[in-house]
Amino acid sequence: MALLELRNVSKIYHLGGEEIRALDDISLDIEGGEFCSIIGPSGSGKSTLMHILGCLDSPSLGSIRLDGIEVARASQRELAHVRNRKIGFVFQFFNLLPKLNVVQNVELPMIYAGIGGSERRQRALKALEMVELTNRLKNRPSQLSGGQQQRVAIARALVNDPKIIFADEPTGNLDTHTGEIILALFRQLSQEGRTVILVTHNPEIAAVTPRRIEIRNGKIADRVDERLAGLDRLAAGQPATLPEAN
Amino acid sequence: MNLFNTIFIGFKEIWSHKFRSLLTMFGVVLGVASLVGMSAIIKGMENGMRESMVAMGGADKVVIQNQSVPAHQDHLADQAPGKTMRDVMALQASAPLIRLVSPEMEVEDVAITRGQKMTQPTECVGVWPAVLEMNLHTLEHGRFFNDMDDANASPVCVIGTGIRDDLFGRPEAVGREIIPLGEQILINGQPFTIIGMFQHYMGEQEAKERELAKLAKPQDPSQAGPKRQRGWGRHGGWAFQRKNMTVYMPLNTAWIRFRAAGDKDGILDPRLTDIDIKVLNVERLEASLQQARNVLLQSHRGIEDFTFQTQENQLETISKQIKNARLSGGIIAGISLLVGGIGIMNIMLASINERVREIGTCKALGATGLDVFVQILVESVVLALLGAVAGVAASYLLVDVLALLSPTSNSPVITPMAMAVGVGFSALVGISAGLIPAIKAANLQPIQALRYE
Repeated sequence: MALLELRNVSKIYHLGGEEIRALDDISLDIEGGEFCSIIGPSGSGKSTLMHILGCLDSPSLGSIRLDGIEVARASQRELAHVRNRKIGFVFQFFNLLPKLNVVQNVELPMIYAGIGGSERRQRALKALEMVELTNRLKNRPSQLSGGQQQRVAIARALVNDPKIIFADEPTGNLDTHTGEIILALFRQLSQEGRTVILVTHNPEIAAVTPRRIEIRNGKIADRVDERLAGLDRLAAGQPATLPEAN
Repeated sequence: MNLFNTIFIGFKEIWSHKFRSLLTMFGVVLGVASLVGMSAIIKGMENGMRESMVAMGGADKVVIQNQSVPAHQDHLADQAPGKTMRDVMALQASAPLIRLVSPEMEVEDVAITRGQKMTQPTECVGVWPAVLEMNLHTLEHGRFFNDMDDANASPVCVIGTGIRDDLFGRPEAVGREIIPLGEQILINGQPFTIIGMFQHYMGEQEAKERELAKLAKPQDPSQAGPKRQRGWGRHGGWAFQRKNMTVYMPLNTAWIRFRAAGDKDGILDPRLTDIDIKVLNVERLEASLQQARNVLLQSHRGIEDFTFQTQENQLETISKQIKNARLSGGIIAGISLLVGGIGIMNIMLASINERVREIGTCKALGATGLDVFVQILVESVVLALLGAVAGVAASYLLVDVLALLSPTSNSPVITPMAMAVGVGFSALVGISAGLIPAIKAANLQPIQALRYE
């Protein structure tokens, strides 16, 4: 059984009597341990798909099974629980809480999980060690660079040991070099056996992932647009610039 | 999510907007301060009133007052005898439930002079020695007049310290206490000898002040002019002031020497101003009064031209006044707390609008609606409680300021009860003010919150 199973999922918005199908009858399986990217032009519905996959939103039609749990009709409370335990999010704008310092930010998901103080601190430190930020524990997010902030966000996403990590344009707000470091981190996570799903419109990033899902007009495209997926570069013998994860 | 973390994050949130939080809290501060301050002042008033009540002579004292005859006895009105010594004798002889009868004949429009000094007593009354127990007087110097003085209508009097202060000088001003026994004074021009003086009556407040004055260093003698007093009237509260400005003389003295002009059928006007009685047992007040009434109806030939004024009635009046004061104080405090609450709600609404993104992030990380709800509510309550604590502190200041602005003889008393009520109410205000913002925040959808720019 796949980790994520989507069956005939649609998301329909009603805008002034007009019906807009942001997602139109999508069926999709993602296996545990897969490293895949969701690509597509803006407005294609890839963000909507990620929100639904990430249990941030519920589909209008269809069913979703995440790790064997039916989440399409789950209550808000159950969804919150699923997000907390099974999913880690990394956002384009980092979304760290500005009033909390680095450790407190990383501890936040564990607070919602009801984990006690000392274990929380220990696990937060471990996660921060992984992203190599143990020297900035007491800093506020505003005192960190973009790359550092995104690493804190990754540590936060990892800290509850989730099955899936979703990243929405994780390098979108970073310069190329920092973006590569972040991407290397995701690759490393994938190699450690985690399921990582990147949402991006950056072909260079899509090129890194073994599997690419292209969304076009709310449907999964039959054939991946090679230019969008960065495949044209691979074909031209121009490997995606990516430092090996160490 | 445990409460400690919630409160911790709440404090952080408040601390990160110090000035804004301070302004928001100010409404609650004012509300609590006015609540606690008001109740302190009312408590002080209440204490003063109770003290005065005792000073006027205990709960078992009843005053027989004149009353116009009832309508069905209108035709007998000109035969109404008024209060006379007949009533006093009758009560003493035939009302065993009445323990003490004290007739009083007031000399009106009195000016007492000694040399160039003049004073006007609050009461200048001809009395029996029973008055001492009746009005709870304590003779400190000299003696009270006896039956001989009464029989002879001797020109002797017993005075309160206030009269002494006016005619001979205050101990504070003179530097020593003058005890004017044997001195002559003129009461409306007639010479009287002072044979006794009461103790100085004072409320707790004045007693405290005197204690302090004793401890304080002597005044700098170079200070020019007399010492001014703050506010109106004198120190000590009206009841005590009144009691200190008393002049008592034998009943017959008052009658023969001052009522001579108002004769009726060749007999000096025999009517008494007051008959005060004390009942044997306060618990049987009703029965005692009924008995006194029966006796008086006899001596008044059935004309009901009298009524009983009990201290209980006065107590009722006092508690009614206190209740009114409480109510108005409570309304003012309630309104300011309400305004404070609206301020908190306003700022919480603005705050969650600012933090839509943060709230969305928290929800994406697994916060439930309840977590968010509790978080916002806790912030609001923390704001209100901080305000309440500051308000209690401010109430001490407020009470001092109010005491300066309008000096009363009764120092305000801040009660723990008032503080508890103040803090409790602000917690309530905090909860109700936080409710709507908290519900709004809890209902935010994570994606809407994340999209919000």
